[in-house]
Amino acid sequence: MVDFRLSPNDLEILEQIRQEGLVVRNYARHYDDHEEEVAPDTLPEAARFPPLLQRVLKRPADDTPAATFQMLMSIARSWGDTVVLRRPLRGLGNAALSAAGTPQQQSRWGKTVLAMAITEPGCGSDSKAITTTARRDGDSWVLDGEKIFVTTGIRAQGVVVWATVDAKRGRAGIKSFVVMKGTPGFEITRKEKKLGIRSSDTTALTFTGCRIPLDHLLGGDETIPEQGSGGFRGVMKTFNMTRPGVAAGGVGKARASLDFAHEALAAEGVRVDWERGRNARGGAEARLVQMEADTEAATLAVLRASWLADMGEENNVEASVAKSKGGEVSRTVPQGCIELLGAMGASRDYLVEKWLRDGRITDIYEGTGQIQRLIIARMLFGYASDELS
Amino acid sequence: MISFALSDTQRLARDTAREFARRELRARARQCDEESRCPAALLDQSWTLGLVTASVPEALGGGGVTGGQTTSALVLEELGYGCASLAAMVMTPMLFVRPMIDFGTEEQKNAYLPPFAGPRYHAATLALHEPSFTFDPADLRTTAELSGAGYVLRGEKRLVPMADRASHFLVMARGERGPGLANLEAFIVPRDAPGLSVDTGAEKTIGFQAMPWGRLTLADVKVPVDGRLGGERGIDGRRLISTLRVGGAALSVGLARAVTETCVAYAKERVAFGTPIAQKQAIAFMVADMHTEVESMRWLVWKAASLLEQGEDATRAAVLAQDYVARKTMKIADDGIQVLGGHGFIRDYPIEMWFRNARLVTVHEGPVAV
Repeated sequence: MVDFRLSPNDLEILEQIRQEGLVVRNYARHYDDHEEEVAPDTLPEAARFPPLLQRVLKRPADDTPAATFQMLMSIARSWGDTVVLRRPLRGLGNAALSAAGTPQQQSRWGKTVLAMAITEPGCGSDSKAITTTARRDGDSWVLDGEKIFVTTGIRAQGVVVWATVDAKRGRAGIKSFVVMKGTPGFEITRKEKKLGIRSSDTTALTFTGCRIPLDHLLGGDETIPEQGSGGFRGVMKTFNMTRPGVAAGGVGKARASLDFAHEALAAEGVRVDWERGRNARGGAEARLVQMEADTEAATLAVLRASWLADMGEENNVEASVAKSKGGEVSRTVPQGCIELLGAMGASRDYLVEKWLRDGRITDIYEGTGQIQRLIIARMLFGYASDELS
Repeated sequence: MISFALSDTQRLARDTAREFARRELRARARQCDEESRCPAALLDQSWTLGLVTASVPEALGGGGVTGGQTTSALVLEELGYGCASLAAMVMTPMLFVRPMIDFGTEEQKNAYLPPFAGPRYHAATLALHEPSFTFDPADLRTTAELSGAGYVLRGEKRLVPMADRASHFLVMARGERGPGLANLEAFIVPRDAPGLSVDTGAEKTIGFQAMPWGRLTLADVKVPVDGRLGGERGIDGRRLISTLRVGGAALSVGLARAVTETCVAYAKERVAFGTPIAQKQAIAFMVADMHTEVESMRWLVWKAASLLEQGEDATRAAVLAQDYVARKTMKIADDGIQVLGGHGFIRDYPIEMWFRNARLVTVHEGPVAV
């Protein structure tokens, strides 16, 4: 049965996340202003809230499926701030490990925090063009190259690095490797300064003759297939779950901005009257309705993509649809809210200007909005990537 | 519990509607548009699908399907994919049947629903729109005044679907309680009621050209007490208006999907500067966005429709669906013309017709109901 209602249990969980969000907002400005500091993994107020993990794991099987509910929790967390009460012990590299690691690798590194290093100074979205190399030398792989925009690079204990074992073979030659901190030749060269999400550490890494054991090749298969993309497509599948998650982060910023705008304008007498016809709405009211609708559309696109994953169905295109919509509202809604609120909306007295800066990355990382459109269009037209790029 | 799962019955209803839309509606759409003619044979043919009859209670000869707003939204999307204009004609009787089922007293249901369980298309309709550029369903100018043993209706109604053959009009009016959706009133007015004049020749619109729209003038039309829909309890105006908004939105999703599909096929065929235009990002991104929006607007419609089905307040969800679907449908239809270029402008292709239909359906409060 088509249903969009949440159970009382789920509503309570989401309400706790919102309450936690109100607390972390007290720290939001500090870590935005002091980018050089790394926010603690656990804030003092964490003790005030019962940990949610067990409660979430014990949710009844006949309730909203797990990945779908995860998206609602991500939206609610993002609604609070990028500073969190308790930092989950996972990075994007952990998603790659779960998707592509051998059972031995999963048990070995599953409990560590792994970042993911793909982007390089000369390539972003076109990840098959990466130039970091992995050379087989006796019982080791030797990595050489530079990586940038590595999320959680400071906090992580290790990193999943994308490197080519044969540059002539394009995407088929790309493999991923686990490199732990402390490995000679692996260095963190800087922490980036950013427009937003400043409490999230973003780093640049270098690998210089960095030698790792053979079994650090993720998935363990070093062969380059004659046809197809090898493991590349498999690793790209990581994004089918992370893209809706990133979109959820953007939706959270839109939601936060919109809730603030509703409240701030209502205090000055401007409210949406949901009963009034569309031609009877005032300008501000009409704009609020539009932004509500846009945010709702992005939310539902995210839920659709994750629900398909829950059902074990293909969600490649839906993940891109979700990311495309999440990326859009993360830009347009906070911008629109500030526009509605006027100059005071741009003041640093309020967090809405921060949500605009924080949200702006949504349409860039984990595949820009343009990359999502390419993926969607290729599906519609039945094109391979070399036919439409 | 959040779920996008359709039942087997819902899939069957959707697939049946899709097949009918493809075979019958799509094939006849252009000619009906050009000739501004509503084909009676098509209406009778559509009737055999049971789309309206299914909702009529079993005791009155119908299918006895209760609720079903989600299924209705699925069906409307498919019919809208065939042709939104013809789809609206096929489904107009639901504008009368849905409120009757939702709010009618037992006496009213027994008196008015049986014709909709019959073997042939039976038209009755809803009169909501009024001749005003600031029209607001929550602030109607048509009034119902309590007078003696009944009500007296005064006002003008416009853009009334299937007015040429409707046996009854459900006339929406502002009652004694004043403005506001919650205070809306609906009155059952037979076609031959004294004081009612129906003009069906003059109402022409940019799209939906085959639709026999009507203008009603209500000059002191007397309605007995039992002609007030819902009797003493009256109606839930918010729910009634929401069923219209969601219905119109569902139809629009189908229309937008038709545009998208046509653009995909055309862009792959059309070669410019040595390659299909689909291989150019300027076109590919436009078409990708069409797909993204068709998907997104569908979920807004499903959400509002499912809330209606579950008996929840769907006012806000319906407003969001209406607003979003209207904006995106218009954008898609407009971009559709752009993708086809000059071919989008000439009447050999359906795009310009869908563009005109889109402009109408996205400003009408709802020519159909879920």
